[in-house]
Amino acid sequence: MTVLPPSPWQTIPARVRAITPEVPDVTTYDLELPGADYAFRPGQFNMLYLAGVGEVAISISSDPATPQQLRHTIRAVGNVTRALTRLTAGDTLGLRGPFGTAWPVEAVRGHDIVIVAGGLGLAPLRPAIYHLIRHRPDYGRIAVLYGARTPADLLYAHEYDWWQAADIDVQLTVDVGTPTWRGAIGFVTTLLAQQPLEPARTVVFTCGPEVMMRFVATGAVNRGVAAERIFVSLERNMNCAVALCGHCQFGPSFVCQDGPVFAYANVRRLLLVENL
Amino acid sequence: MTPAPPPGPPWWMKKPALQTLIDRLRADGYEVLGPRMADGAITLAPLTNLAHLPRGVRDDQQPGRYRLTMADDGGYFDHVVGPHSLKPLVFPPRTTVLEVLRVRDGWEYRTPEPPQPKRAILGVRACDLHALAIQDRVFLGGAYRDPEYAARRAGLFLIAVNCSRSAPTCFCASMNTGPAVRGGADLILTELTDGFLGVAGSDRAAPYLAAVGERPASPEEQAEAAAIPQRAAAQQTRRIDPTTVHDTLMNNLEHRRWADVAKRCLSCANCTMVCPTCFCSTVNDVSDLVGTHTRRQRVWESCFNEEHSHTAGGPVHPTTKSRYRQWLTHKLATWIDQFGTSGCVGCGRCITWCPVGIDITEEVAAMEGGRV
Repeated sequence: MTVLPPSPWQTIPARVRAITPEVPDVTTYDLELPGADYAFRPGQFNMLYLAGVGEVAISISSDPATPQQLRHTIRAVGNVTRALTRLTAGDTLGLRGPFGTAWPVEAVRGHDIVIVAGGLGLAPLRPAIYHLIRHRPDYGRIAVLYGARTPADLLYAHEYDWWQAADIDVQLTVDVGTPTWRGAIGFVTTLLAQQPLEPARTVVFTCGPEVMMRFVATGAVNRGVAAERIFVSLERNMNCAVALCGHCQFGPSFVCQDGPVFAYANVRRLLLVENL
Repeated sequence: MTPAPPPGPPWWMKKPALQTLIDRLRADGYEVLGPRMADGAITLAPLTNLAHLPRGVRDDQQPGRYRLTMADDGGYFDHVVGPHSLKPLVFPPRTTVLEVLRVRDGWEYRTPEPPQPKRAILGVRACDLHALAIQDRVFLGGAYRDPEYAARRAGLFLIAVNCSRSAPTCFCASMNTGPAVRGGADLILTELTDGFLGVAGSDRAAPYLAAVGERPASPEEQAEAAAIPQRAAAQQTRRIDPTTVHDTLMNNLEHRRWADVAKRCLSCANCTMVCPTCFCSTVNDVSDLVGTHTRRQRVWESCFNEEHSHTAGGPVHPTTKSRYRQWLTHKLATWIDQFGTSGCVGCGRCITWCPVGIDITEEVAAMEGGRV
């Protein structure tokens, strides 16, 4: 009799502890995994499952040091994410994970870190920010450059003061201002262009729309940051999350397995090809 | 029981001895599948009798064309490959990967026990054995492995046949995957004029070879058998150079040929369905009416469907051009980066079963001129 490998589709139950509205259409779900031995690294994702509806890949947005308090920040845009909005605290859903590569927070100790995020792209970067704060003396200068559509769309706004207090330079920009908005208006790439940086000791983590990450990465390269020290988080269709279904195939990679976090040097050429 | 011959040396058997082989396998609990005519094609289907084999049937294969012709005499394996490969036997087109049951305070998630059928496949060709070896790497070679594939794969007993002719669409010789069988099977047969030459490919073959082998093959019979796949190889006119195709495609991602082929391609996904290595799938929820029981069903998917690349921001491959490029570059180039082997075995099915007769060897050749 053949010994069979464990099923990669086996799902475990997760209980919803709290549901927190963040910005319009975006909600954070706090989950707990009863009895599960679970750990993740910043930048990884889970597959969240609702019976009869389906599964969706969602990056983890909480502190990797406290995996028991697992958080996912989700925009309601598709079947599964809209169905998630009908959950209330105490309900359960299914979970598989964690999957994928992480922001290399350990490997870049001693460097200056520039985090560049657009919109919901801040969610997969928040675990990295928490890690940097927790190990603040291990790193040089840290900046978070964040852009959203409007001031009301700025995610995790209640945490910025705390990040600042941990000696992180938080810079904000919006596409469209309001009468009370006193910050910058324009693309997040402009914030990067204005950011003083020492290229030789700088590492960039960026997540947001692919076109934004492309401009962030080229902007950083033009400032002298090596493409090997720029990291992007790519979005592709993830169905199995275990490199068996083919949906997220991207050049020589499966984004679910070899990503979502890639060194820009490894994907630069392919990112420039339209619809690849 | 006669003593088992050692694996390796070729044995000669009479043609009716194939019936003995089928009977022995069935007696040992194997369901025997082999080439059978159905719906105007040679398909892979269960058989119990030698008479089920398509004796004397030849397949005329051209880009976008498949026709069978029949002769009164001829061999049992005069045909080449039909639309079926081993793929559906190990990677079923539809299967359940998870059962979800409503329980008192939530849901219970159960992995179904995969079926472990014992199946003997008669008449497997060299290209399809290579395709199976490629699928082994996809489904069993990574960090996560597919238990159903593992279960079904372990139950296979493979009886290969050396091709006696090539279809015009075949290009296995250029891909180094055929037409001669060089391994990967339990038993390897070559059809001679008045008998079969049989060689054991694994230890499991010994009792069967002992049951059907009449005598050791003579040097003349061995020479006749060796010449048969060589003749088939010499018939092949199509080719792809496996040593250069990776760079040819990856250096030409913006070649105007992609737009040209997109004008002909229907994005119908036929090529990916008949391809013996294409492995894309999607898991869908299938629920009962009251919502207490959901099956997570995995079905074959194709990179030619728009939903294949769906993301919150829209499809990554919104055009036929981008989808054809996705398929061909993955099959012939980035597959090598991912799995250390090409995703193509030169079986030619995608050429034959393309409704508009797109020929991948021709598309590659069009890009070999360099960047345009």
